[in-house]
Amino acid sequence: MSMQLTAKHHEYWRRNLKITGLLLGLWFVVTFVMGYFARELNGITILGFPFGFYMSAQGSLIIYVAIIWYYAHYMNKLDQEYGVHEGEEE
Amino acid sequence: MATVSQSQFTANLKKYYTFYTGGFAAFVIFVAILEQLGVPNKILGYIFLFATILLYAGIGFMSKTAEVSEYYVAGRRVPAFFNGMATGADWMSAASFIGMAGTLYLSGYDGLAFVLGWTGGYCLVALFLAPYLRKFGQFTIPDFLGARFGGNIPRLIGVLAAIVCSFTYVIAQIYGVGLITSRFTGLEFSVGVFVGLAGIMVCSFLGGMKAVTWTQVAQYIILIVAYMIPVVWLSVQHGFGPVPQVAYGYALQKVTERENVLNDKATPDGAREESVRQIFRERVAAADANLKGLAAGGPAFLAQEKDKLAAKATALKAATPVDEKAVAAAEKAVADYPTDAAKAKADWTKAKAGAAAKAAPIAAHATPFAGKDEKASDIKRKNFLALILCLMVGTAALPHILMRYYTTPSVKEARQSVFWSLFFIFLLYFTAPCLAVLAKFDVYTLLVGSKFSELPSWVSAWATVDKTLMNITDINKDGIVQLAEITIGGDLIVLATPEIAGLPYVITGLVAAGGLAAALSTADGLLLTIANAMSHDLYYKMIDPNAPTTRRLAVSKGLLLVVALIAAYVTSLKPGDILFLVGAAFSLAASGFFPALVCGVFWRRANQLGAILGMVGGLGICMYYMYMTYPFFGVNAPLWWDINPISAGLFGIPAGFIGVIVGSLISPEPSKEVQELVDHVRYPSLEGDIDTAGV
Repeated sequence: MSMQLTAKHHEYWRRNLKITGLLLGLWFVVTFVMGYFARELNGITILGFPFGFYMSAQGSLIIYVAIIWYYAHYMNKLDQEYGVHEGEEE
Repeated sequence: MATVSQSQFTANLKKYYTFYTGGFAAFVIFVAILEQLGVPNKILGYIFLFATILLYAGIGFMSKTAEVSEYYVAGRRVPAFFNGMATGADWMSAASFIGMAGTLYLSGYDGLAFVLGWTGGYCLVALFLAPYLRKFGQFTIPDFLGARFGGNIPRLIGVLAAIVCSFTYVIAQIYGVGLITSRFTGLEFSVGVFVGLAGIMVCSFLGGMKAVTWTQVAQYIILIVAYMIPVVWLSVQHGFGPVPQVAYGYALQKVTERENVLNDKATPDGAREESVRQIFRERVAAADANLKGLAAGGPAFLAQEKDKLAAKATALKAATPVDEKAVAAAEKAVADYPTDAAKAKADWTKAKAGAAAKAAPIAAHATPFAGKDEKASDIKRKNFLALILCLMVGTAALPHILMRYYTTPSVKEARQSVFWSLFFIFLLYFTAPCLAVLAKFDVYTLLVGSKFSELPSWVSAWATVDKTLMNITDINKDGIVQLAEITIGGDLIVLATPEIAGLPYVITGLVAAGGLAAALSTADGLLLTIANAMSHDLYYKMIDPNAPTTRRLAVSKGLLLVVALIAAYVTSLKPGDILFLVGAAFSLAASGFFPALVCGVFWRRANQLGAILGMVGGLGICMYYMYMTYPFFGVNAPLWWDINPISAGLFGIPAGFIGVIVGSLISPEPSKEVQELVDHVRYPSLEGDIDTAGV
């Protein structure tokens, strides 16, 4: 019993790292960069909200949900593409 | 054990929970009818609390099990959607349900650190941990540490860290249970604690994770309905429509306008506020004079001041005609006068701070990091961001949450399940800021400016029940309510919303049931984590690996009972600051677990020494900083870069990573088996894969 990782496997992992890094970057910007500039962003108004407040109370949360949805969607597809998906247990 | 296919199982679940939701709605309607028939509120409160506890116990009883994998990981067949709901209930504690909107009401923008931290952390769970832990697929988080880093030491540290952070957190939950039961039934706080605990125990005792999972799904449904109904109703009443989360920007604008008016002395409303503030400024000066006198004169000053008061009381008694009220007040002042210098100093310092807060202009709700100058504001911003980081990383490291991702049928579903988890959590967390603004709108526009003779019924009702939640006094004696004359406790916002919105008492009962569901579900998950860490990791894996299944489960259940009793006992002593306990749990988990877990998956070279140094170093720095700076411990050392003790994880997390990296690099790379384990968790399925999930 031995696990042989092929070039394809390594590529799968690289692509996983890439998407993880990208989404993590988005998470960082939304959380910390927008949080840092909240005072300045409050000068803009959308839907009646000061923008900085809106992002922290709602906008960022929506982006978090979207990040996780996209990651699950992307990775589940990637599993299929690289043949590392699990068998369906039915 | 599985006799029905997974898809059939999921279909059945959907059917059961649809029936359940319908049944619960019917129950609420039934209680509403009882209320119309004139059944007193107290009885309705009892019906709500006991009916729901009985319901959870019933689900727990139906899920009883003697199978190890069902007891520890619910048989690994919880579909993503339902695991999401269970995680939501597991996650949202009494602090989220009752406290969050209140915190936002009181601290405005800066309180949003909790909203961001407790949601954004799931991005880290999704990207770094959930799918990999699911592939690894054993029972506990220390299991992973033990297998990945080898030997018993990483596992043992994991067990200790899991117990420390879960126990700190569970105290806060049981406290919430006691608070709700005592408030709505009139039972004594400590009795309330044990009644609530009975509900927790019946559930997890018989069926472990399986029972806890299905109860948590039921609890989620109750808590989200209970949270939404009053908010939507309040919004419709104030003309913001049935989707307040979208429309409350306009309520916020009105609140901001009102803040400006009340802060402007030139307007009639602002002038009235100013007259109250003036009185508070005088109180600050009086407290200050007392403190100065005490510093100069010591106990002699106290005796002298007390004599002055006594003389005043005697003079009032001698006067004709005798003013009974004034005499009583003067005598009370003599009786309440502090006798020792330490107490006097504490009392006056507190009075001074309280009055100073009231004397200041109203802080604008939507303004981030309000401070007296730019430097103060920057310090606030720094702490805001630091707190977010600690809460997020802590979220991705709390064992009772991570454990939930062991229970899905596959890696694929584990990923989807994180999405559903955050989605269900999001529903409550994006409503809380909205509720805070709507409540503020109500207070600022309707309550402020109304007459003391015609206070809304909810105000007078809460002011008589609990002065810490609602205190309203006509300080400048003009018969009109000013904002500075109202003191609101944070917990009031959620508890009183049904009454503010003019809903019948049945909805108040529903909110109490929702709060109880939130506290119980979190306590359930935490107690199970602690008991499992001890029974599975400590007893089975380290002390007696040959123990038969029945004994393993018996040990686990016994420990569950003992831990629950200890936790309830500690809670009934009412230990200090709940918010600090919660914050501490997050910083501890973040510093202790996160670096080792993430490096375990993403860095092949990480090894045993690294894990040990990382976990001990992270926890050590975090605890050290808390001990040195949190006033409770009395050391009060200067802060590092102005970071508050609640965010001690800001130093613990990097210390943890440095520990893992340095420790790993100075010792040999991990064995081939361990490296295979790393590959194993990274790929959902591999040819010739090893099997770590085998029982």
